[in-house]
Amino acid sequence: MACISPDGKPTASGARMLRALKTKAGSAEEVSQSAGLPLFRVRSGLRELTQAGLVSQKGEQYQLSAQGSELADSLPA
Amino acid sequence: MEEVKEQVISLPRLGQPAPPFEAVTTQGPLKLDDYKGSWLILFSHPADFTPVCTTEFIAFAEIYPELQKRGVELLGLSVDSVSSHIAWARNVEEKTKVKIPFPIIADLNKEVSTAYGMIHPGQSKTETVRCVFIIDDKQVIRTILYYPLTTGRNMDEIVRIIDALQTTDANGVATPANWRPGDKVVVPPPNTQEMAEERLKEGYECVDWYLCQKKL
Repeated sequence: MACISPDGKPTASGARMLRALKTKAGSAEEVSQSAGLPLFRVRSGLRELTQAGLVSQKGEQYQLSAQGSELADSLPA
Repeated sequence: MEEVKEQVISLPRLGQPAPPFEAVTTQGPLKLDDYKGSWLILFSHPADFTPVCTTEFIAFAEIYPELQKRGVELLGLSVDSVSSHIAWARNVEEKTKVKIPFPIIADLNKEVSTAYGMIHPGQSKTETVRCVFIIDDKQVIRTILYYPLTTGRNMDEIVRIIDALQTTDANGVATPANWRPGDKVVVPPPNTQEMAEERLKEGYECVDWYLCQKKL
């Protein structure tokens, strides 16, 4: 897994995506821009975060779930 | 006598959609779809911790910033494991100070290499040869290059092909032999007699009606 470590903690790139979504829900392209990660990494990462229940998808838009918000709030700034 | 059956697999060709894949990589699981909207260079190498491949990976890492400026991503592949890829990339960085910034597919089950025709039994029955697939932003195969196991790839040529393809797409022109950005481009040849007659009056630099060039 690229976004969530085996111990359940977000990796550096996972944390960047969670922080970006904490600021604002958005499309993969918008998350890629605000997280400063390549689009292919973000698409793959959002898929993983969605499967983990941390992110939900509606159409092209992604937003943090309650569990994802809680995790994003616990991340160091 | 035992009958030997050889499975014939249709290989990807220029102008066809790139075969979809979902693969384990050094940057997590990736699908071809993840690259939609970007150009992609999918390339295979025979094996990790081998000399020619190491020089190629350093060279690919060196051209990566130039490729990114052109909206192109790199994706490596061999039939080694993710652990092997990680160990090799770390070793390359430790010994040469060059970080491998792009993902590498661990194609242990040979699914992707089979779909793309990367294993050539005349060269090796178990390793992938040095293939380069240039896939455009609509996921169509635009260029295929095959190099033998013993010959490392030419990165200048790979960047040149990207420049040529993107110039063609943007301007509806072709590019002549040894073309470089800034050189004259080839105007598509006329396909009727009337157009051929008019072509010579259109102000292009023409050798004859079928070979006309212009500056962009």
